[in-house]
Amino acid sequence: MNKILEAKNINKFFHDPISIRVLEDLSFSINKGEFVSLTGKSGCGKSTLLYVLSTMDTDYEGTLLIDGEEMPKKNESFLAKIRNEKIGFVFQFHYLLNEFNVLENVMLPGLKLNKYSREEVEHRAMEKLKILGIDQLALKKSNHISGGEKQRVAIARALINEPHIIMGDEPTGNLDKKNSDLVFDIFNKLSDEFNQTLLIVTHDPSFAERTHRIIHMEDGKIIH
Amino acid sequence: MKNKLLISIAKSLLLARWKQTLVAAVGVTFSITMFITLLSFMSGLNDLLDGLILNRTAHIRIYNDIKPNTSQPINNNKEFKEAHNFIGSIKSDASRQAIYNSGAIMEAIKKDPRVLGLSPKLTAQVFFNDGSIDITGSIFGINSTEESKLYHFDEYVTTGNSADLNKINNSIILGKGLSDKLMVGIGDAVQITTSKGDRFQLKVVGTFQSGIKDFDNVQSYASLNTVQKILSVPKDYVNSIQVKLKDITQAPKVAKEYEQLFQTDAEDIQTANSQFETGSSIRTLISYSVGITLLIVAGFGIYNILNMMIFEKMDSIAILKATGFSGKDVKKIFIYIAISIGFFGGILGLFFGFSLSATIDQIPFNTASLPTIKTYPINYNPKFYMIGIVFSLITTYLAGWFPARKASKIDPVVIIRGK
Repeated sequence: MNKILEAKNINKFFHDPISIRVLEDLSFSINKGEFVSLTGKSGCGKSTLLYVLSTMDTDYEGTLLIDGEEMPKKNESFLAKIRNEKIGFVFQFHYLLNEFNVLENVMLPGLKLNKYSREEVEHRAMEKLKILGIDQLALKKSNHISGGEKQRVAIARALINEPHIIMGDEPTGNLDKKNSDLVFDIFNKLSDEFNQTLLIVTHDPSFAERTHRIIHMEDGKIIH
Repeated sequence: MKNKLLISIAKSLLLARWKQTLVAAVGVTFSITMFITLLSFMSGLNDLLDGLILNRTAHIRIYNDIKPNTSQPINNNKEFKEAHNFIGSIKSDASRQAIYNSGAIMEAIKKDPRVLGLSPKLTAQVFFNDGSIDITGSIFGINSTEESKLYHFDEYVTTGNSADLNKINNSIILGKGLSDKLMVGIGDAVQITTSKGDRFQLKVVGTFQSGIKDFDNVQSYASLNTVQKILSVPKDYVNSIQVKLKDITQAPKVAKEYEQLFQTDAEDIQTANSQFETGSSIRTLISYSVGITLLIVAGFGIYNILNMMIFEKMDSIAILKATGFSGKDVKKIFIYIAISIGFFGGILGLFFGFSLSATIDQIPFNTASLPTIKTYPINYNPKFYMIGIVFSLITTYLAGWFPARKASKIDPVVIIRGK
């Protein structure tokens, strides 16, 4: 099996106000095409782990490999490039830029990658929006659409560079049942039809149950 | 492509907060406007004041000074050659104030490529007789064409025509004060007595106003020939040669050279009028410091606005970083924002600065001592505009640099988890 993401002996401490060990010697890996959910109670360290895995938090001990490549801890612009190219993010809050319309928001990481021409990126962005069923919103300002729609735009943005893995931090946490189901269905579809690897942090058991694999955490340790 | 993307993001951020942007840009515009106006006006005034003296003064004046002879007989005595000789009560040796061999010297100077032109001058101390009153004065014998060309003589001749000095025999142009005292006008005759007692009748062909009243009360101009006639001296008799150089800064060097070469005295303008140099440079310094202070204040405005913008746009910065923009990219975006405020504000400032100085240039400014000046003087030197735009870019860059660095250091995890 092709390992997309591999964590070896990850340890993390918070030093302020007192030293607490939040992640204790975590080791696991995620294979290509897996739809994994990361669950646990609030404060168990699941979000902390996600941010370590996402390369945004470099203050940890241990080794992180993405696509077989070890992530350095110091080289900020290299990590930015990795995030741009190989990781797609969906957060609890959508974080769309209000200055841009929906299409431009989706295109931004693609333009940053600078692999395709502007027209090509635009075409790809439209495709992603179509997959998510929101292509009719393309030219709307991003603060003029509903919460569920915003989250779908955020997913489209995560998909634009065809990342190795999509990471989500409670992507359904702010949504009602109907929209949560919609987002789950999208993730499921991505996993089934496009063999997309997904790692989603959630504390919604009904969401977690429907994924391929559940990583359950308690007090900084992986239980199963 | 990459920078184009960053620029387009910067543009969107700018336009999204266009009111703040406008306030920041207006600050820059205002300071550049004042900077340009202040410098143009100040240096216009400087040029005017310097022109009062400097334009009319030769860059190098060649003359024979009244001073003791440097080669005293005792120094030539072989016995005391090695000794240090003390000589008391030396008298100045003023046998002849005319320049020896002036014709040849003038020919030689004319051939010097550094020289713009020269005009010979002969001064005569005379009394102007008006009935029983004698007024002391002096007549400068000049070549009025050369004098007009090099020292703007014609600009100060307020009535009559400077060229008439050459055309009409035994003619004179009197200072305004002098002509008022003598109560004569164009066409009248004045009688003068030389220091040797010779009397002459001269015809008034004009009056001049130099802007310095003391001059106008005692001075007058006649052609070189006329003054030579008055003093009964030969045609090559002149007591000073006024040289104008192409580059005024070379004057001290060239003056030294001429002193050696022609065995006369030569005085450069910097030595003769050092106080004017000092005055102008201090006025310039003051205008620059006021202008730059204005720009720095505008810079603080930009700094504040960018800081606020970064505070408001924390989320956007965080997501940009999460989706692959590096700290460097974020920094560039904010630097672009700052520089574009500086650039557009600055360009507008240059335009308004030009308009404001053009307006000041139209305001009437009449003063009795400056007959040629009708409006406030303005110097439209492109140098000020260059300095203005460069400074506006530099200050806005610096004002943007600190907030931009702050933005680049924002940790996306802190922002995103903080929700």
